[in-house]
Amino acid sequence: MLDAVTIVGASLAGFWAAETLRRDGFDGPVVLIGEEPYAPYDRPPLSKKYLAGDLDDDRLDLVSADRLADLDLDLRLGCRATGLEVTSRTLEVDGIAEPFDGLVLATGARCRTLPDTEGMAGVYTLRTRDDAAAIRDALAAGVRRMAVVGAGFIGAEVASTAVQRGVEVTMVEALDTPFGRVLGTEMGAVVADVHRSHGVELRTGTGVDRVLGEDRVTGVRLADGSTLDTDLLVVGIGVVPATDWMEGSGLVLDDGVVCDATCLAADRVVAAGDVARWPNPRYEGLMRVEHWDNAVQQGVHAARRLLQTEEEATSFAPVPWFWSDQYDRKVQLAGRTHPDDDVQVAVGSTAEHRFVAFYGREGRLTAVLGMNRPRHVMQARALLEQDASWDEAQALAADWD
Amino acid sequence: MRVIVDFDLCESNAICMQIAPNVFEVRDDDFLYVLEENPGEDDRSTLQEAVQRCPKQAISLED
Repeated sequence: MLDAVTIVGASLAGFWAAETLRRDGFDGPVVLIGEEPYAPYDRPPLSKKYLAGDLDDDRLDLVSADRLADLDLDLRLGCRATGLEVTSRTLEVDGIAEPFDGLVLATGARCRTLPDTEGMAGVYTLRTRDDAAAIRDALAAGVRRMAVVGAGFIGAEVASTAVQRGVEVTMVEALDTPFGRVLGTEMGAVVADVHRSHGVELRTGTGVDRVLGEDRVTGVRLADGSTLDTDLLVVGIGVVPATDWMEGSGLVLDDGVVCDATCLAADRVVAAGDVARWPNPRYEGLMRVEHWDNAVQQGVHAARRLLQTEEEATSFAPVPWFWSDQYDRKVQLAGRTHPDDDVQVAVGSTAEHRFVAFYGREGRLTAVLGMNRPRHVMQARALLEQDASWDEAQALAADWD
Repeated sequence: MRVIVDFDLCESNAICMQIAPNVFEVRDDDFLYVLEENPGEDDRSTLQEAVQRCPKQAISLED
């Protein structure tokens, strides 16, 4: 039986782990450690309404102060975990060692940055509330031009928010097709078309050679030799799991904290959210998911795992799902795409930017993409959970017209 | 138990519909409809999952 639980990381996965422990009746001490000085808050609005200045700080809170107090947590904000030793069950926080009993690792991920840009004014990544506030303030100060490096979903949402405020936005993507890595060439081109139709300039198939400017960014030299002038540079080139502080802990670290199928990383140590890598029994190999919904579900699952015996433990086997709001379009993807999947528009029209597309291979449905079709995406997502065949997906789509 | 949806927050992601199709439905007009405003106790844990997993935190339960 557990005496106490320490949760490292006070964002989505960490918060829901804490909430689940209480909901499931755990009444021992629960410590929740967060590096940022803020109570748990929600990140998706950071690249959308919050960035546009349309959402106040308190609307970001995951829960009200009353509900948070009811959970009776030892909430330690502005504190950073700096070391871990699993065998001796010792955690180090801001350099000071303390013992732990149960442990939830939910430290998330950090943004990748471009070389030689540290400390350069006007260059931003977007992960935290402070990051978003800084970009929001820069936009409000009246910048004219913004460059976004990396056409991923965060970059796309920032571009969407900025261009709607009248900023000239250029997105730079090293691949030939924006979003191609996740959506494939055909559907990546559809999302790219949405951006172009709103006035975003897309420069694809070229990477960044270097960022120009001394103390403040003035432009970007691209790998194709051309130069892009800009007042503001947002770098959205992915994240790396925040495991640096766990080096030497005795845990297996390999693009995240490697866990078993139940989210257990070591005796009474679990991991959840962006930092966790585990064998999802639905798929081959290890999986690490950086989506909001996964952080919620895995936080819940990992907390329960701590309370369970080995016999009671179950595998964590979700169908990944995420959404992205860009302009007035809601993009949703459920499942896992592969570069060589067959892609078929099941209903609607890609030209009208309102459709559902199926991804499939070897007679199975592998993923479903929707643009402004949430109802149908969720129906198809249910099929993915049943590991449905391509033919079953066709039968569902036949009811949609 | 009463199900309350803040329609100013709801963006029809339809996650709730997949979790509790007897209570929530997103129709072809892309709006969410609450089919059962006072569901029974049997639905509580399912509805709590819908509350947790709503990307807009637009659902709440009241006793």
